[in-house]
Amino acid sequence: MQLVANIIVLSAIYALISCGYVLIYRVSRVLNLAHGELMMVGAYLLLMTASFTSNPMVAIPVAAILSLTMGALVYLLLMRRMTGESVLAAILTTIALGILLRGLIVIFFSAAHQYPAVPLGIHSSSVQVLPGARISSLSLILVIVTALVYASLFAFLRLSRWGLRMRAAGQNPLLAAQRGINLHGIYAMVWAIAMFTGSVAGMLISLDAGLDQTLIMIGLKAFPAALVGGLDSLLGALIGSLIVAAAEVLLIQYVNPLLADVVPFLILIVMLVVRPWGLFGTREALDRV
Amino acid sequence: MSDLSPMRVVTALVAIAALIALPFLASGATLDIANQILLATIGAIALMLLTGFAGQISLGHAGLLAAGAFTAGILAQEIAAPFWIGIPAAALTGALLGVIFGLPSLRLRGIYLAVSTLALHFLVVYVGGEYETRRGFSTGILIDPPVVFGFEFWDPVAWYPVLLVVAVLVWLLARNLLRSRTGRAWAAIHDTEPVAAALGINVARTKLWAFVISSAITAMAGALFAYYRGFVSIEAFSLFVTIQYVAMIIIGGMGSLLGAVLGAAFVTILPHAIEAASGVLPSSGGLAGSIFAMNYAAFGLIMIAFLVFEPGGLVGILRRIGGKRGTR
Repeated sequence: MQLVANIIVLSAIYALISCGYVLIYRVSRVLNLAHGELMMVGAYLLLMTASFTSNPMVAIPVAAILSLTMGALVYLLLMRRMTGESVLAAILTTIALGILLRGLIVIFFSAAHQYPAVPLGIHSSSVQVLPGARISSLSLILVIVTALVYASLFAFLRLSRWGLRMRAAGQNPLLAAQRGINLHGIYAMVWAIAMFTGSVAGMLISLDAGLDQTLIMIGLKAFPAALVGGLDSLLGALIGSLIVAAAEVLLIQYVNPLLADVVPFLILIVMLVVRPWGLFGTREALDRV
Repeated sequence: MSDLSPMRVVTALVAIAALIALPFLASGATLDIANQILLATIGAIALMLLTGFAGQISLGHAGLLAAGAFTAGILAQEIAAPFWIGIPAAALTGALLGVIFGLPSLRLRGIYLAVSTLALHFLVVYVGGEYETRRGFSTGILIDPPVVFGFEFWDPVAWYPVLLVVAVLVWLLARNLLRSRTGRAWAAIHDTEPVAAALGINVARTKLWAFVISSAITAMAGALFAYYRGFVSIEAFSLFVTIQYVAMIIIGGMGSLLGAVLGAAFVTILPHAIEAASGVLPSSGGLAGSIFAMNYAAFGLIMIAFLVFEPGGLVGILRRIGGKRGTR
């Protein structure tokens, strides 16, 4: 039972992170390899706001809004210039951005392991969720937040006017632009949302486990989850996260703890050989890149 | 390439004279940097062949370097193999891994290929780390310096001519390959695969060749690195190393062997330049630990600047200057 709880928590973490990869890829066909770093920036933004106020109800929303703004700025100031460039150039720009952010974070916040939960006065307690399974209260919040984020993303993309525009831009940017959709606006918005969801994940993880550069690795490991499910499918990201998390938890438990950082990539290789477009991805997406 | 204007001949002669004179003039520390540049040049030429000429994206370069270094390290440790076994064995390992790294390229393109090579990087690193822990070398493997006719290669002065010769040989090999049928086939699949196939080029074989040759050279560079340092640890082959090599070919200029050399020099010198510069700045006295961070930040910034403003790289800048002079 404890294993089941662990799998659910880990898959919620991966799902909350991987939806950022999916959103950006689905709408703008860019693979954002700086997502792990952007997520870490979100967590450090919380550390920064926590140094001004000890009220979590202020610190967390302010950090979230800052990360939303920063996501849009990343697109408007940097990624916008890469539209029309080759696939490689766009990926490399995101990698370079990631390196830059890593450096800047150490310069401004130091590389030490820090706890944003302490100034906010948040204590994690253990909760009984299933018979014989306990998880930390923050993990429970994380699972709930992930469910909420996915529900609102589905609703937003399906029902709202902006969601419709977003899907249109993802399917056929030329036609979408012809119909008067502001592509740059849409792309900026999707980068903002992706950074927001990633940052929320980063904040919740760092409130629970503390904060340092290892957060990037968690962000990178969420990428195979997105790819296994299909890079342009939100449902796929959810299922993919579940598969990757289950495989990781079980292999660590029964085979070798050192496998933790490799398992997601092993699954990724198998998936690329068998079905590169993922479980729920569209096949044409593969030919377009 | 082939035009022998007096200007070019003079530049080339000066460069050759400088390369030969370097060990007599430079200090040990400077020569160490020169050796690192030569090692990086070998790796960067290998990646340039694959990405810059054959058009196959790879994010697994550090994994291949690690594979070469570990082949040499494990052979030295387990059966006390000398370097003349270790280096060919590393190249062979690289060639075999090249087939594996290249297999996804037969089905995948663009980002999917990048991602599959990235995944293989983590696999290689895992296997290396597993070896280290299993055999109890958790901090790394020590390798004795190579001995040739009783002469031990252990200081930068002795290594410099060796690495220089190897780098020049790799350069010549790459140049000749590019002028051969294989090189033209790479150019063809780089541009458009269907057209290349219509011209009678075996696309699958050509791609695999590119991966095999590039990986063999890379693994050899990794083995040389291991012998040069006398020490192998998986810590030295993080994803950042891959990024550094990719940065070399971008900063140098895609599709140019000279670009690989210039990029290797630029990326290798950058951290030393930053360290020297931060020593001059009075404010950063107490920030010794943040030099590492400043490297990262400067490196990311420069990479972005090249990608956005100068996609042709250093070679592109040189060509523009040369072009202006020509029109006057």
